[in-house]
Amino acid sequence: MSAIREDFAEILKLVRPNARVLDIGCEDGELLELLTREKTVDGQGLEISPEGVAACLARGLAVVQGDGDRDLDHFPTRAFDYAILSKTLQQMREPKHVLSELLRIADQAVVSLPNFGHWKVRWALLSRGRMPETGALPDPWWSTPNIHLCTLRDFVALCDQLELRIDACAALAEGKPARPIDPRQPLENWRAETALFLLSRKTEPQTAPAAMPQQNLFGEVELPKAEAPVKKARRKR
Amino acid sequence: MLQAIDTAWGRRSNAAMTAQGPITAGIEIGGGTWRFPTSQPLRLDSGAKLAPLEIGYKTYGRLNADKSNAVLVCHALTGDQHLASTHPVTGKPGWWDRFVGPGLFLDPERYFIICTNVVGGCMGSTGPASIDPATKAPYGLTFPVITIGDMVRAQAMLIEAMGIETLFAAIGGSMGGMQVLQWAADYPEKLFSAVVIAAAARHSAQNIAFHEVGRQAIMADPNWHQGAYLAAGVRPEKGLAVARMAAHITYLSEAALQRKFGRELQRDGLSWGFDADFQVESYLRHQGASFVDRFDANSYLYITRALDYFDLAATHGGVLAEAFIKARHVKFCVLSFSSDWLYPTPESRDVVRALNGAGCRASFAEIQTDKGHDAFFLDEPLLDQTLRGFLAAQSMARGLA
Repeated sequence: MSAIREDFAEILKLVRPNARVLDIGCEDGELLELLTREKTVDGQGLEISPEGVAACLARGLAVVQGDGDRDLDHFPTRAFDYAILSKTLQQMREPKHVLSELLRIADQAVVSLPNFGHWKVRWALLSRGRMPETGALPDPWWSTPNIHLCTLRDFVALCDQLELRIDACAALAEGKPARPIDPRQPLENWRAETALFLLSRKTEPQTAPAAMPQQNLFGEVELPKAEAPVKKARRKR
Repeated sequence: MLQAIDTAWGRRSNAAMTAQGPITAGIEIGGGTWRFPTSQPLRLDSGAKLAPLEIGYKTYGRLNADKSNAVLVCHALTGDQHLASTHPVTGKPGWWDRFVGPGLFLDPERYFIICTNVVGGCMGSTGPASIDPATKAPYGLTFPVITIGDMVRAQAMLIEAMGIETLFAAIGGSMGGMQVLQWAADYPEKLFSAVVIAAAARHSAQNIAFHEVGRQAIMADPNWHQGAYLAAGVRPEKGLAVARMAAHITYLSEAALQRKFGRELQRDGLSWGFDADFQVESYLRHQGASFVDRFDANSYLYITRALDYFDLAATHGGVLAEAFIKARHVKFCVLSFSSDWLYPTPESRDVVRALNGAGCRASFAEIQTDKGHDAFFLDEPLLDQTLRGFLAAQSMARGLA
């Protein structure tokens, strides 16, 4: 049996047994299958490619063909214990909305993303003046799916803005064991190539949990948009 | 009582052993007509009772000792119980023949596959062409209006009479998919898994509109005789054929029609008249003409009405998710086809959202194809792969592997 991917191993450690898990961008269902086997989770996947969906079905996983950018809105509030978004937030059209949706749907979110503040990235820009191509960001600028890259500091700032609590954070690097870090430490913004966050809400959502929503045909809840209570005026870059 | 059923069961199985299709040779095939006593009427949604009730059905494979391997396949509007065996009227192979067989999606060596003719149909189940015991004449338009719920209730009666407590799976495409959704709403405790292909939770205005065209074509045929054509010794074949032609267009897609026929002519040059100049005309005429041989016009009226009345949300307080609230243990697989404009993908997505909203575990995939609604009868590798994967995984979970 092949070794478990480093980020999967870390997620496996974070997830409670028997939890309800939504894996967004679950691909062929490898992580969900692992979680089902090791932690007997009640899993649901969301995957855009029909081949991925077919592979998940063959593994006996529940998977919905869909798009994280558009289809999260249709999941009911607090339907899951964990929502997992592995290395795809930076590919979303509206990462801020997606992030707030994750924590509407689930009590905790597991989010991993490449750190654009990593020293290799900074060095590539500084020394060559070209868009960086690193292990975590292997594609040239004209073919990368990453349209919303951010640094560790950027992401922490967004979490603060959305009033999210960072319950845990680990730095991931290929072939190395995960390293627990404090993402607010300026040095980590240089050192961490990829970071994995466990997030939760600081305040409970307004909508009543669990009860069946009555408002519309498909039982969705009108979600409080993340944009609603803007506390500070948005700062210019 | 139980013994009576057992004997009936045995006799019918043997009687049907003779009619085996080439593909399913070697598979245990059973079936016939299940007659419920008059004391066991079918209670209809309209409030009426239908008795005596007869159900035409077919089975493939053998029910296992703990009766845990039963699969119910629900047919579409003009389908019937001849899922994988030669059709007694047309002599053609079963409508889902390519999915039934050893090693296939529906493996009769593993599952006990049941397919019933819907109530209101014309292939052995009680329908408008059946004899009304009160008048000793065919029901015709005195047959009560039926619903998808009634079809499912009749299936549930048969399943119970067979001594099956839970279905391992209920599977269906189009109207069959709607029956599966109705099963999930009405008998969730009797379901382990559910497969819904190219269906919807309600009929749209466009769906109703096309059906109305079909019904009007039948009723405009002078041979229809206000539905009493059997007594008059005629059949409204022209009207029924036109209804089929119009409906058949909705089962295809523009791309598929174009690819298949384009503007190709039947013979060299135009006729400068109203013969079937174009191949597509000839094809539709053939579809209409061959349909009337095997289908009853009044059945067409009643079954299209049942479809039009179908609205699962409306019967659950306007919230579709409410329909599935008791089906949280059921594993669902919902599939749609990208070029299906009869029950397009958004309809399936609505079902999936409602399932998710109700807390059910549901899988959904949109199969990319240009073959339109009828793709579920056709060779679509990804459909095959998806269905096979889902059912195999569920059968592992059920301990049938």
